[in-house]
Amino acid sequence: MPKINLSRRTLLMATAAAVPLVSMPTYRARAAGLEGVELQRYQPVFFAADEWRFILAACDRLIPAEGKGPGALETNVPVFIDQQLHAGLGGDVYMDGPHKADAASTLGFQHNHTPQQMYRLGIKLAAQYSERIHRKPFDQLAPADKDALLSALEKNVVDFTELGEPSLKASQFFGQLLDDTKNGYLADPMYGGNKDMKAWVAIGFPGARAAYTEWVDVHDVKYPLGPVSLSGKRA
Amino acid sequence: MTNITNDEVDVVIVGLGWAGSIMAIELAKEGLKVRALERGPERPPEDFAYPKPADQYAYAIRNKVFVTPRDAALTVRYNTGETALPTRKWGAFVPGNGVGGSGLHWTGVLIRPTQTDIKLKTYADQAYKRGALDPDMRIKDFPFTWEEIEPHMDKFDKICGLSGTTGNLGGQIQPGGDPFEGPRSNPYPLPALHDTLNSSLFAATARKMGYHPFPNPSANVTQAWTNPYGAQLAPCNYCGFCSKYPCLNYSKASPQTTILDVVKRMPNFDYKTGANVIRVDLHADKKTAKGVTYIDEQQREVFQPAKIVILSSFQFANVRLMLLSGIGEPYNPITERGVIGRNYAFLSVGDATLFFKDKHFNPFATAGATGEMFNDISPGNFDGPGLGFIGGAKIHSSQASGAPIGTALPPGTPAWGKGWKEGMVDWYGRAMKVSISTSCMAYRGHYLDLDPNYKDPWGQPLLRMTFDWRQNELKLQRHLRGIVLDIAKELKPDAMSENFLGLDSHWDITKYVSTHNVGGAIMGTSPRDSALNRYTQSWDVHNVFVPGGNAFPQNFQANPTALIGAITLFAAEAIKQQYLKNPGPLVQA
Repeated sequence: MPKINLSRRTLLMATAAAVPLVSMPTYRARAAGLEGVELQRYQPVFFAADEWRFILAACDRLIPAEGKGPGALETNVPVFIDQQLHAGLGGDVYMDGPHKADAASTLGFQHNHTPQQMYRLGIKLAAQYSERIHRKPFDQLAPADKDALLSALEKNVVDFTELGEPSLKASQFFGQLLDDTKNGYLADPMYGGNKDMKAWVAIGFPGARAAYTEWVDVHDVKYPLGPVSLSGKRA
Repeated sequence: MTNITNDEVDVVIVGLGWAGSIMAIELAKEGLKVRALERGPERPPEDFAYPKPADQYAYAIRNKVFVTPRDAALTVRYNTGETALPTRKWGAFVPGNGVGGSGLHWTGVLIRPTQTDIKLKTYADQAYKRGALDPDMRIKDFPFTWEEIEPHMDKFDKICGLSGTTGNLGGQIQPGGDPFEGPRSNPYPLPALHDTLNSSLFAATARKMGYHPFPNPSANVTQAWTNPYGAQLAPCNYCGFCSKYPCLNYSKASPQTTILDVVKRMPNFDYKTGANVIRVDLHADKKTAKGVTYIDEQQREVFQPAKIVILSSFQFANVRLMLLSGIGEPYNPITERGVIGRNYAFLSVGDATLFFKDKHFNPFATAGATGEMFNDISPGNFDGPGLGFIGGAKIHSSQASGAPIGTALPPGTPAWGKGWKEGMVDWYGRAMKVSISTSCMAYRGHYLDLDPNYKDPWGQPLLRMTFDWRQNELKLQRHLRGIVLDIAKELKPDAMSENFLGLDSHWDITKYVSTHNVGGAIMGTSPRDSALNRYTQSWDVHNVFVPGGNAFPQNFQANPTALIGAITLFAAEAIKQQYLKNPGPLVQA
């Protein structure tokens, strides 16, 4: 496992946020599929520039670079989220009304927002909250303040109804963002996240090897081989 | 909308999962002209060649081979006083779709109900004092004997290549198997799956505590197997992608691997995909069906004439089609009149997750059915009457899949941030589960009907489910929790989390339980309180047969597929032996 340091993360953040995205050549990355994308050169297909800065900053706190294992930016998790939303994530959901947003949580998702709408609205309202509390956009907050704001979304301390949204709760937006972030971290790299299978290497998951006839009888010994992706690459 | 009429067939089959595939081959072999209509897409085995299914995100998270809620949502409410709301996303259960149905991506645990499960009402009447059980409970016996159904379970075992350890061979208890199983006419066709570390630890501890563990009976075959239809399966390679995934190795028994490859070669069988049946068309007297109507892929309405109609789609899709078609009187929970929709039952699960900082479980090296279970806590095998509830569970430690999204972490681990990430690094692959899968009784107020508010994309009302946990099931959970925690403590984990229902729990549709939904069009001995006779034949419309989980009068602790296979084979036999010669009711009401 290569050790990740903070300056690497800062560099990623700075480049991703500062470079005018429209000018970046993306054709070379596309030729190699989403696995070959470099986050700094990636041009989002779903998120607008300010939304993208929020996503980069939020993912960076949900799975930060510090400590053991790679962070969300090093593993291209924002690319995964952008690509999934662009590809119609949530198109399988039953969306017909009437919607009863205040239904018991045990009856599941009942508000009237697709994941795409949830992201756009959630980011907009989180940005308003950040400006109100800190007079700064979310991505410019100190790490501790970012964490506090994410936590306030998670726990509905940010009251979306107060910000004019009657149906969606802050925790629902946060839950979707967190699930997608974890999915992008741990899914096969072909979806754009888990770059170079770094998350799988860190936790010890061998990916798509999918053949353990001999190993099933070997008990309590760490599996020795590193991961393979669906495209056949090894890490 | 264009109206088209197809050529008439002897048998039309609605839904090409396990039940539909069994009916297809059994009736086609009889020389009948058989046509199957499948709502979902074609799912040929080559689509699942290695490594395609080794993709947790596509299959287990995004439900790649399941029907979408957009197309097949239900509505759910806890009691008749509430407005039901749609299952906008799948949670507690996830029905399949396409050729093979749920049989394409099941886990492959192929275990039979016990003799007591088959005659639960008889057991209840004998073992419980009058008034001891919830007065709203509506449990019933299955309308056949063990001796009548066992040969069909035996045949289904052979179709699937059941791998495991025999417990009761013709009344003789066998070492290493389940001593509580009903007598088998034949031993398991193939030996058991190998134990993973969790299975070995669990089995040794359970045995020490006086229980009778045995390897999970598996339709992930352990050796090369040629089934009675001539289909061949290859030994399971413990790939780790099973439950919710199609098999990448031709090892898991599915309609594709055991039946469809054979029946597709028969000239008197064909099938259409993208054919969404919207109703069964009845003759004016409503005593017989003349065929079915479906919407094809070009959105045309097509009439398919047929002499016999087999409804073999998923449990609740079968019930909904009967309601939409006016087959049988809809159930009314107030008057208890009517038969379509009654006795819906689900089931509950629970578990303790045990974390060991120094153990390597390698959770990815596993077959779907890998595990050990015991049946000591199923009805009749312990003091249910003394504890004040009826029902039971299989208690097991299984390792159905080990892919990392959704990995359980020790209590206190943050849900995100550095703590979550380091929790994944420290604890992935270092945990095992001890789990329960319970029975679930039927109640007067638990039923299915058509929703008044929500419609599907074809303009037809969604099915409405009225269901919640009852005290009987919650008391059972609390009792089982005690047993699981005792076993867990013996294993001395470094950390442990638990997930069981409390006595005030409501059914949570967001958390996956299983897709073992049953009832709604149940089999029985009287048209007064059942929709189908013992051959899954509609009491009201005699050329309509409805084999599937819908026919179970309540749920037992074993997985349903073995009995679904058996009742379908039993029904197919009755059609071949009796119905073809003399079409009409096979049982006199």
